[in-house]
Amino acid sequence: MVWQVLEGLSRDSAKRLRFVPGVVYVDEGAACGQSWEDRAKTLTDVRQILQTLGFPWHIVTLEEVFALPPSVLRCSAQDPVGTVETYKVAVDSFLQQQRTLAAEGVRGSPSSAQGEEQPSQPCTQDPQDPVGPPPAAQTEALSQLFDSVKTLTAKEELLQTLRTHLILHVARTHGYSKVMTGDSCTRLAIKLMTSLALGRGAFLAWDTGFSDERHGDVVVVRPMREHTLKEVAFYNRLFAVPSVFTPAIDTKASEKASIHRLMEGFLLRLQAQFPSTVSTVYRTSEKLVKAPRDGCAAGPRCLLCMCSLDVDSADSATAFGAQTQDFSQTPAPTPRAEAGAPAGPCCAAGPGGAPNCWQGTRPCGREGSRAHVIEQLCYACRVNMKDVPCLEPLPPYILAEAQLRSQRPSVEIQEYLVNSDDEAPASGSGALGPPEQEGKEARAACGCINKNFFN
Amino acid sequence: MPAPQCSSCHATRAALRRPRSGQALCGPCFCTAFEAEVLHTVLAGRLLPPGAVVAVGASGGKDSTVLAHVLRELAPRLGVSLRLVAVDEGIGGYRDAALAAVRRQAARWDLPLTVVAYADLFGGWTMDAVARSTAGTGRSRACCTFCGVLRRRALEEGARLVGATHIVTGHNADDVAETVLMNFLRGDAGRLARGGGLGSRGEGGALPRCRPLQLASQKEVVLYAHFRRLDYFSEECVYAPEAFRGHARDLLKLLEAARPSAALDLVHSAERLALAPAARPPPPGACSRCGALASRALCQVCALLDGLQRGRPRLAIGKGRGGRDEEGPPGPPPPPPSDLRSGPGPAAGECGAACKERCE
Repeated sequence: MVWQVLEGLSRDSAKRLRFVPGVVYVDEGAACGQSWEDRAKTLTDVRQILQTLGFPWHIVTLEEVFALPPSVLRCSAQDPVGTVETYKVAVDSFLQQQRTLAAEGVRGSPSSAQGEEQPSQPCTQDPQDPVGPPPAAQTEALSQLFDSVKTLTAKEELLQTLRTHLILHVARTHGYSKVMTGDSCTRLAIKLMTSLALGRGAFLAWDTGFSDERHGDVVVVRPMREHTLKEVAFYNRLFAVPSVFTPAIDTKASEKASIHRLMEGFLLRLQAQFPSTVSTVYRTSEKLVKAPRDGCAAGPRCLLCMCSLDVDSADSATAFGAQTQDFSQTPAPTPRAEAGAPAGPCCAAGPGGAPNCWQGTRPCGREGSRAHVIEQLCYACRVNMKDVPCLEPLPPYILAEAQLRSQRPSVEIQEYLVNSDDEAPASGSGALGPPEQEGKEARAACGCINKNFFN
Repeated sequence: MPAPQCSSCHATRAALRRPRSGQALCGPCFCTAFEAEVLHTVLAGRLLPPGAVVAVGASGGKDSTVLAHVLRELAPRLGVSLRLVAVDEGIGGYRDAALAAVRRQAARWDLPLTVVAYADLFGGWTMDAVARSTAGTGRSRACCTFCGVLRRRALEEGARLVGATHIVTGHNADDVAETVLMNFLRGDAGRLARGGGLGSRGEGGALPRCRPLQLASQKEVVLYAHFRRLDYFSEECVYAPEAFRGHARDLLKLLEAARPSAALDLVHSAERLALAPAARPPPPGACSRCGALASRALCQVCALLDGLQRGRPRLAIGKGRGGRDEEGPPGPPPPPPSDLRSGPGPAAGECGAACKERCE
């Protein structure tokens, strides 16, 4: 994709692209368990390629997620200037800008995209590039986080989430308004089926569509989505495009290890038998729209993937899943399930669950905060979090943002509370039911749903 | 290591672990839990109002056996009465044995049983005859396409015969998940749009249909049948290995091994799909020949039977372009069996069988 962009920007192409790109490379070696020497070797190769491009480039390591601010998870409003102008006007103003800069003889260009007025950054060819290894504490924390996750599926999802946040942060800091990813048609078809299997049916249009605006000011676009992997391979070979192989988190994993691997293997095998499979799946993705479910247009957003939450008590499968899965407690109709709810998540992690864990509430602060975080996630992220037994190793920005969001409503209703105990009633689940159940920190959706259905 | 205690009654040893949650339960507690969940599904979706006469599609297999048994247990609480309707597709060596099982069940449970046969309803066409007719084209026989469409019509006819107001079938969560996967792989946006939810409400005079077992996983259905010692017919249909659904089934098995909640996640995804309005199926009209619900001039049953009568069985299968019954490159090895292979760029997002009756 980078090569295509290079071509598109060159002077002699028929339709010249009108933006100034930068390139970001994320070094995920720590998550994959690579040693610093291997990573350094890969980085040298990458640096060599990037230097021949002539664009400003940034190399970031995944460890930097531990230094991200919580504002990454907030959806900022889009810059109104960019949306009001028409395309032609935007292109004209951009060209004007370019000409004045060229006239002033400034080397390097402001890293702005169409229509955005950005102060010119003295972007030199010397980019952000960590020369030494990142702080050992961060590397340690990252490997601890990934080791604590139980399944490869959850690891891959977590990695994707963290990578997205990191790239978002880099884009925001350097003033980029769009991020282009190189997902090909084949990869998107696999991603579509994987998302389906993970429970992300509501968000397929954002995950696999051309543009993804859920982050507000930064738009993720996928310009390569019409090209199959085979075409890309041929292109790279015919035009001698240099590439670097880096082991990913699922390299050498068995095929049955994660849902992503399974889907990939399945689709590619089916494609060999029925050659239209990938294109059919891709066409289906084109028919998806980004409609929110009727009635909940501007609801709260998921903490991790930033899509509107798709969990509500009216949904049959979700409600049912919440009953029988999240809490390995007594079966639904007995009212004991409500009392047993608080001790749920920690016990559900183990097989079978401790049979007596529901007796009496365990006022454990950890379970309370875990439930706070889980509530703010969409269905698919919740299922992933089940494989993460403890939320402590997560980067601090996630926990901080979760804390912030859960505290917001309680501040609003604080003034209306009559009794003097200032234990904040649980969090943003005001939509699900009355929050005042004494001693119950864990606001399980399960408890509310049980109440609603069995009276 | 001794078996753990049942986590519900704490009185006896646990006999099983529930597949999804890993909870350890003894036999009776598990059966109670299962029945409670089915009851919850029916009540929450308001599927079977009190006073309904419910026709249970009974095939003799595990799903319909469990369904009939559970509904029989719950019938007093729900205030409904049950009738068994069995369909005889005319598949030799398979259906006769299954029907024998259904007859035994009807006798044991003292439920009225009605058997409707394809041969009577559809002018002498049994599935074996259909298979013979569609064989020899070099492509797959597409038996399942015919059987699915015709069976739904047969079930409807049978239900009307016994005066039923609702039809229930024993589809479980795995079936629904497989259907979603299949529809995605074949690009069947029309069916994807129609899917989701616990059953159709019945438009234009068709009886409302629902699937009370929709949220129960297949393993639990088998466990329930085991603990209640139900007698059912467990062999696979003779034509099953040729079906495209086999691929989806294999995939689902692998997915469940990687993540036990995969089937439920798929059902959740399917319920939340947002398809473009253009991809949705057109509002249904009436068939010009038999008056049943149809998206086009002829309902799918009439179209299929028409094709069979004319000796061009694939007339109604495919992208609805009548008259093309042999496609595909004439290469040395015949392509492996698949029915309804859809090419890229479908016109309206529907495959040929686009009436309300959902094909398997």
